[in-house]
Amino acid sequence: MRGMDAPRSEMKTTTCYMCACRCGIRVHLKDGEIRYIDGNPEHPLNKGVICAKGASGIMKQKSPARLTRPLRRKAGAERGAGDFEPISWEEAFSILEERLKKIRASDPKKFAFFTGRDQMQALTSLFARQFGTPNYAAHGGFCSVNMAAGMIYTIGGSFWEFGGPDLERAKLFVMIGTAEDHHSNPLKIAISKFKRAGGRFISVNPVRTGYSAIADEWIPIRPGTDGALLMALCSELVRLDLCDREFVAQYTNAGYLVNLDEGGDEEGLFACGKSDERKNPFRRHDQLWWDRRSNRAVVNHSEGADPCLEGEYRLEDGTRVKPAFELLRERLRECTPEWAAEITGIAAAKIRALARELGATARKSSFELPIAWTDSWGRKHATVRGNPVAFHAMRGIAAHSNGFQAVRALSILMSLLGTIDRPGGFRHKAPFPRGTPPVYARIPSSPEAVKPNTPLAGAPLGFPAGPEDLFIDAEGTPVRIDKAFSWEYPLAVHGMMHNVIANAWRGDPYRIDTLMIFMANMAWNSSMNTLEARRMLNDKDEDGEYRIPFLVVCDAFESETTAFADLVLPDTTYLERHDVMSLLDRPVSEFDGPMDSVRVPVVPPAGECKPFQDVLVELAGRLNFPAFVVEDENGNKKRKFKDYADFIVNFETEPGSGQGFLSGWRGAKGDQALVGEPNPDQWKMYASNNCVFHHAMPESMQYMRNWNQEYHEWAQRMKLRRHPDPIMIQIYAEVLQRFRLAAKGRGPSGRRPPPHLRKRIETFFDPLPFFYFPLERQVTDLQRYPLAAITQRPMAMYHSWDSQNAWLRQIHTHNYLFVNPSMARAQHIADGGWIWVESQWGKVRCMARYSEAVEPGTVWTWNAIGKAQGAWKLAPDANESQLGFLLNHLISDRLPGAAGGVSNSDPVTGQAGWYDVRVRIYPAHPGEPKRSAYELKATQ
Amino acid sequence: MKQLALVIDLNVCVGCHACVTSCKEWNNAGAAGPLSDQNPYGKDPSGTFFNRVQTFEVGEFPNTETVHFPKSCLHCEDPPCVPVCPTGASYKRAEDGIVLVDYDKCIGCKYCAWACPYGAREMDQQEKVMTKCTLCVDRIYDELLPPQDRQPACVMACPTNARLFGDIHDPESVVSRAIRDNGGYALMPEWETKPANHYLPRRKTGYEE
Amino acid sequence: MRPAWSVILLTTLIGAAQGLFLAAFAVDFLKANSAKTMVIASCAISLLLLAAGLVASFFHLGRPERAWRTASQWRTSWLSREVIVLPAFMGMVFLYGVLHVLEVERKFVMTAGLAGVALCIALFVCTGMIYACLKFLQEWHSALTPLNYLLLGTASGCTLAVPVAVLTFPQFAGVLALAAFSIGAVAYLMRCASLVRNARLRPKSTPATAIGIDHPRIVQKAQGFMGGSFNTREFFHGRPDRVVRAARWAFLILAFPVPAWLLGWGGGSLQAYVAAFAIQFAGLLAERWYFFAEARHPQNLYYQSMA
Repeated sequence: MRGMDAPRSEMKTTTCYMCACRCGIRVHLKDGEIRYIDGNPEHPLNKGVICAKGASGIMKQKSPARLTRPLRRKAGAERGAGDFEPISWEEAFSILEERLKKIRASDPKKFAFFTGRDQMQALTSLFARQFGTPNYAAHGGFCSVNMAAGMIYTIGGSFWEFGGPDLERAKLFVMIGTAEDHHSNPLKIAISKFKRAGGRFISVNPVRTGYSAIADEWIPIRPGTDGALLMALCSELVRLDLCDREFVAQYTNAGYLVNLDEGGDEEGLFACGKSDERKNPFRRHDQLWWDRRSNRAVVNHSEGADPCLEGEYRLEDGTRVKPAFELLRERLRECTPEWAAEITGIAAAKIRALARELGATARKSSFELPIAWTDSWGRKHATVRGNPVAFHAMRGIAAHSNGFQAVRALSILMSLLGTIDRPGGFRHKAPFPRGTPPVYARIPSSPEAVKPNTPLAGAPLGFPAGPEDLFIDAEGTPVRIDKAFSWEYPLAVHGMMHNVIANAWRGDPYRIDTLMIFMANMAWNSSMNTLEARRMLNDKDEDGEYRIPFLVVCDAFESETTAFADLVLPDTTYLERHDVMSLLDRPVSEFDGPMDSVRVPVVPPAGECKPFQDVLVELAGRLNFPAFVVEDENGNKKRKFKDYADFIVNFETEPGSGQGFLSGWRGAKGDQALVGEPNPDQWKMYASNNCVFHHAMPESMQYMRNWNQEYHEWAQRMKLRRHPDPIMIQIYAEVLQRFRLAAKGRGPSGRRPPPHLRKRIETFFDPLPFFYFPLERQVTDLQRYPLAAITQRPMAMYHSWDSQNAWLRQIHTHNYLFVNPSMARAQHIADGGWIWVESQWGKVRCMARYSEAVEPGTVWTWNAIGKAQGAWKLAPDANESQLGFLLNHLISDRLPGAAGGVSNSDPVTGQAGWYDVRVRIYPAHPGEPKRSAYELKATQ
Repeated sequence: MKQLALVIDLNVCVGCHACVTSCKEWNNAGAAGPLSDQNPYGKDPSGTFFNRVQTFEVGEFPNTETVHFPKSCLHCEDPPCVPVCPTGASYKRAEDGIVLVDYDKCIGCKYCAWACPYGAREMDQQEKVMTKCTLCVDRIYDELLPPQDRQPACVMACPTNARLFGDIHDPESVVSRAIRDNGGYALMPEWETKPANHYLPRRKTGYEE
Repeated sequence: MRPAWSVILLTTLIGAAQGLFLAAFAVDFLKANSAKTMVIASCAISLLLLAAGLVASFFHLGRPERAWRTASQWRTSWLSREVIVLPAFMGMVFLYGVLHVLEVERKFVMTAGLAGVALCIALFVCTGMIYACLKFLQEWHSALTPLNYLLLGTASGCTLAVPVAVLTFPQFAGVLALAAFSIGAVAYLMRCASLVRNARLRPKSTPATAIGIDHPRIVQKAQGFMGGSFNTREFFHGRPDRVVRAARWAFLILAFPVPAWLLGWGGGSLQAYVAAFAIQFAGLLAERWYFFAEARHPQNLYYQSMA
């Protein structure tokens, strides 16, 4: 041991950003240098723990790949070569100002602004909206939008940071698919406590790694077939009468009567009464029940009424109707365990046993908490019931082109068990629950919304409730470059970042001028068909101009993508800047109430790098965005906000609204929560309170929040919700039926999909969940490509963020393809041997690693360990580029089909179908170089 | 007499490597550092770590268990690495049983590493001395730290609380109780090194109708 | 284990030196003053070899400048004991040689010689026990280990004594050759016995005991890092099996059969005897390389695979 020198001299708290988890950290400094970083024990999210990435934050500061000066591509240098000259910030700003001013004054949609895992979407979307461009989104579209959309459209909230399993009170926990990414430390804490308390943990996953490793039971499943399993489980629950009938009847739309009028404009929509009294102008509340007692149709939740869930009825006007639940029951009848066994590879007996266990645990272990609450219909309840079965799922289910309906099925399974926002089940986190779908963000519905020098008339992203909300022109052509909210992807609620480069290159639906990318590695692991994306970025017209004329990339590190930029803006690291984790964005809330947090700079920025938020605030001022300038008495415009920190304190969603980016310490004295006038000392108060604000609600508002009157009234006052109407669980999704009606040439919107998409809309916009094989599988020769290939993110590495981290890259320096030994031996593949993995789109040479923890029909690897040679300032012979590989090369962004094909995405949400690719594997020739390699198009 | 130790609960370890880098981070710049890295941005990067998380597969598909297995010095009660050291650099503290290396005495002969059946010691390639887990001896007694922080860095970091720390000679300590209640065991008992660190096995919760 | 050339050279060089000393003392003991030249020459050569071994050993140390500290733990550490005995033995060899040069009274010479023999045996034991005391290195943990160090060292020293005798005390060369042959034969047999023993060993540690899970099928997938570490470098020879097999054959042929033939049927020429020693020494280098490579360290159970 060396002599022990006192290691502390200063400690500052802030919030981690080594992944999207947002744990509280303590940064210990000695003489201004970071000595070490540990978890903040006083932070409610992580309670002092930290992960491998968080504890390696110090090496992020020391990375040789740091960008420290604005860079301009040298005249004559090719994109991708990374040949830059440093320029001053003033030069960089004037280049941008000049270019963007011109675009904004002519056609604002020629500016496209897409961001990666930024956690600052409230600001970036405001920037886009104020610019006037619709072409804005973050990375959700290629990440997990199916999870968000499928659940929000069904239960008004979702896993992710919007809600989660209440493992404190659950007895049975079922995790489906890879779900290690989000909210990871809190989930690790919770799973550990759950297990130690004797809870039973079942993992359904093609691969047993990560959290699945410690599951009490592992149920291997074929990728992309979760929907079939979930349908079969629902089917068994209904058949065995193990549903929570009271919950289903009262809190879902299962009892709503569906109009069966074939050929009518109302077919498949809910039959409604005549009152049309509304707590929310965007939604009806007078859907009809068939009352068991009076044996007639009544408006739902009429005093003393109890809905029939089964049967067929006729309304007074002769309309044939059935309760939504009856339609579900009919749908589920075909979905037997035997049917699902064929698809999923899970034995029918196992599916039956699982269904029984779910239903019986929910019922037998059901309990009541003595918490009085009042529901939306004014009925008082003395207790809150809990059916202690909790689920968790994320990308594993979501990242398939059938993911939306699978997530719907999961949401319905959870609802049938009566576990939504109840103790021991799924619980929301503020600002969720929101409507099904929410109405807080209205997207524009016509190209008129885009006007020169004018903010966009609407939010760039939102939740369409029917064809009338699509963002299309009169011909049905998409207004957005990524075609989100068009007939191709009507519910693309997170946008479709993965379409942007290809669409802009193709000029489909139009060409753009400037593409600004923040913190997304589109030239590598964030694109499907990576090599093609790189080619498109570098492709020129006959006149020698790039097809995507101007590319601005902002990042803290040299990535594969920065090499393609015309202008590189050096961002700071998370330890060098202000940030907010706002309730207007992706919340950090807890089950018991809203929470938001901030980052404060703990060390000065390296070199000349500048926080991207400051860049946006500066540009917004220079471009005279209305929300960012004030006019003096002479009509001269001047900047409203000095910088980002100033913006955060003083910006209000509407003048005088009292609602800003941060909800803590509002009001002039800092004594108000959630709503209150700006507080000039807000940053200081956050900094002296562990950089986090947590508002715990009274217990009476912590459960049943979809239908909790007290909560709704409070949430409305606190501007978490606009309207205090009940949020009914959508067992039957009327929104989807509205699209389907349009596809059948009916429905009130008058909008109709173009002919080549009619069948697609009619098929996939089924108001009841159904299973279909992923689209890619449907166009694949399964004899030739029998294996599913999937990826996971290792817990010690966050995508491309950390390969430049000297400690983390020692843990994952390169990757192998994990293969089931029995399958591999049959292909003459040795453990550690070099192989080719081939899809119908391309092939990759890599090394195989035997694993008994993978289902034989699946191969998998760690995502984004492979790197392009020379990127991230790694040596040319670094393992990442020589032995590591990227599965993206095997995945196509397009699938063959009508009208030039379609995006390889979920037809409902546009979720990229990452986990749908089918491959075959075979040994590499012994004479081949022992190096990873990529080839487009299959050649063997 | 006190014997400090870690108890590692394989029942909840998810293999996240938090303990690995937290350990590296604390010890790299602490009294036990620096822990050098070789080729940090080049081919085959490697470096000195006191703690590693390994992964084993037990059984055959579909009856496979994936076991994440953190491993650091076990602070044996009868440590074979100590008597072999020719300089006395490798020693076991009488007061708390921590096995340490005195870097100033170590000649880098590697004999102690040979004498450890667990591969718990790593020779630092830059400092040329033998290094190993110190149970963060420079944290756990530091009265300048708040009492709840006087724990090894890996224990503080572990998100699943899979790492327990305490005195295994105190029958009422959290570690002694965990060993007693959950079938805690020592590694390679065949060598009678009496590791102070223990592991807790997987514990399954079944379902009976 | 990874064979380190520093240690291989140390043990083979001092082994030969020790054997040479023993041979010289034996001749001295039997033939009184008539062997003076041979004894002095042998002591000089022995000292040279010991010094070379000592120099080689420094290359094994990370911090050779602190080597002086190594003598402190003689109560527990065989390595520490070796570090004490080796210079003591060197001193005694030197003294023994000097006493011969000074032609002091025989009882003093013999006393020094006997002390040298005691230290020599002690050194063999220390060197052997450094390895033999590591109980979980089952290939080493045997009385055969120090015995083999003793026998192989003595045999090679005797072989070296033959050409030394040819030059300095020719009338005794034949006897020494016979001694070298005989001791070599015994050493060879004992070394073969060790091979047989080791081939029958069943590792006490298994993946099951390494991680404490009672299951016949445990396979490591990841060792926690991918670019190598001290544990993957120090404890693995990293050579294909054929190299290890070749090393074994090399020493089985070179360490005794060839030198034996040269000693017996080489025509008694100086060149033949020099060749006999050179070949035997090469064989012992291979033997020592194999000695390390053959030893399977239980820590290796933790370093089987990466991913």
